[in-house]
Amino acid sequence: MASHNSEIIGRSFGDRVLFGLVILLALVMAGPVLYVIALSLKDNKELMVDPHSVFHMPYTIKNYIDTIGTSNVFSWVFNSIIVAGGLTVFTLILSSLAGYGFARLNFPGRAVLFVIVLLGLAVPEQAVLIARHQIFSWLGLHNSYPGLILPGLSSAFGVFLMTQYFRAIPKELDEAAILDNASRFRVFWKVLLPLTVPAQATLGIFTFLGAWNDYFWPLISATKKEMFTLTVGIASTQMNFAQSQGIGFLMAQAVFAGAPILIIYLFFQKYIVTAVSGAAVR
Amino acid sequence: MAEPRTAGTATARSRRKSVDIYAPQWRNFLFVAPYLTIFATLLVFPLFWGIWLSFHKADTFSSGRFVGLDNYFRLFRDPIFMQSIWNTFYFVFLTVPALALIGLFLALCLNRRTRSAAVLRALFFSSSVLSVTIVTLIWRIVFIPDLGLLSMVYGLFGAQAPAFLADPHLAMIGIAIATVWWCIGLPMMLFLSALQQIPQDIYEAAALDNANRWQTLWSITLPSIKRTFILVIIIQIVLQFQLFGQAWLMTRGGPNNLTKPIVLYIYNTAFQRWDIGLGAAASEILFLLILIAAMAQYLVTRRKADA
Repeated sequence: MASHNSEIIGRSFGDRVLFGLVILLALVMAGPVLYVIALSLKDNKELMVDPHSVFHMPYTIKNYIDTIGTSNVFSWVFNSIIVAGGLTVFTLILSSLAGYGFARLNFPGRAVLFVIVLLGLAVPEQAVLIARHQIFSWLGLHNSYPGLILPGLSSAFGVFLMTQYFRAIPKELDEAAILDNASRFRVFWKVLLPLTVPAQATLGIFTFLGAWNDYFWPLISATKKEMFTLTVGIASTQMNFAQSQGIGFLMAQAVFAGAPILIIYLFFQKYIVTAVSGAAVR
Repeated sequence: MAEPRTAGTATARSRRKSVDIYAPQWRNFLFVAPYLTIFATLLVFPLFWGIWLSFHKADTFSSGRFVGLDNYFRLFRDPIFMQSIWNTFYFVFLTVPALALIGLFLALCLNRRTRSAAVLRALFFSSSVLSVTIVTLIWRIVFIPDLGLLSMVYGLFGAQAPAFLADPHLAMIGIAIATVWWCIGLPMMLFLSALQQIPQDIYEAAALDNANRWQTLWSITLPSIKRTFILVIIIQIVLQFQLFGQAWLMTRGGPNNLTKPIVLYIYNTAFQRWDIGLGAAASEILFLLILIAAMAQYLVTRRKADA
């Protein structure tokens, strides 16, 4: 860190105090994660005998080999990819179509319908969960991929975002095409959609991340072990680990589950930050 | 929200054409129909069905017997429900000011174009991409007696770490610490983008007037981001009001229901005891509380757009 000091600290004493505080907070951020990684690299028996052995050699990757060999974590990752991926793809399709419709086309009742959709933004998930759970019981959709994907598709956020984005595109573009007798769908598909790639990326990242990390709906809908998503699956193995002999193994499983999203974050950091903070302000 | 038809730049000629183009047509509805179908069946209908259920002694599959307001009376007579409302407010009180102030502090310190500031910003946001399962796992390991990181740190000073998640007075604070750690990225980023929108020439003018850094902070920076501050507070209130995963995974709502928030009460009631009607009534109360905060957010953001 020494080489960076000149950049972050100014000369005054106050600056040094602030710098110290930021570094302290950075340690609080990173420390717990590093600690979990260290635990995941320790032999279980050694940890039981001496907890402090986490701070020194020998380390081993045995827990990771065990994770890959014995745990269900792969099938959970697979389920999460299907659910989050499917939800993202369908959200992009539905939101783009509806966004174009609300922004550019006219049909009876358009203004009223758009206001109703906007009001949908204010409805928290918990207000509809119980009724949704019943509906999915009627339809026999629990413990299925459609059952895990469909609820997220009702979110009004994507429609709102895409409508705003289509509205910001100059109208001359599609008017010219329509006067050339292109169909509405053709205009949407060929002329406007390619221009919305930044909004698609924002919405896609935000949707995928939300679905990947969702916990409540999978918890009540996917009750069979083979339909668990990663969040529910990991949670199901992690209770009562105070008594557990295999804390290193559990930590390896957790690192295994958390690493993909952190690696994706490292590469797409700028887009992810923009997507998440843009979505919050909406 | 301008009507497409009245776009200001259109000439008289093209406006006449665009009237033709934008005439209402039923087939245009096909573009919004797929989404609206899902919106109606999975959001609008459940919203009203949930209210309907809250007036019934319902079971998993049907609405059952109509009982009027009985579920609501039962809720307010249930000390555990009242406790859960109190717990939720307490949790919001613990987390929201901390998130806003630490987020603001980090944004002020890291709002510069250096590499180390960029790395630190990335670090402080990184926890936000993790799932609640991983976050609670990490923090249970931090808080766990003997083996936990906190025990180790206290051990360095020869002290005994408090049993955060088992102590009735500390359990909610433990959950709040994990939550602030998890959620700090968003407020920091919102403050950062607000700071970057302050026009640079105000600072240059202040520098010419020989204003020192505290004066600049108090009389320029903070007043300029006042609205963002309110926005962050409201967003976080709405978000933290929905506490569930952390409490469920870290303490199961214990000890003695002291960390059981409203959403966990709903989960226990509707999906473990299968008292669907009572759970639905509790959801409606939560909905009402969140709606108040969401309306405040709407008012603040709208005023921001007008300004």
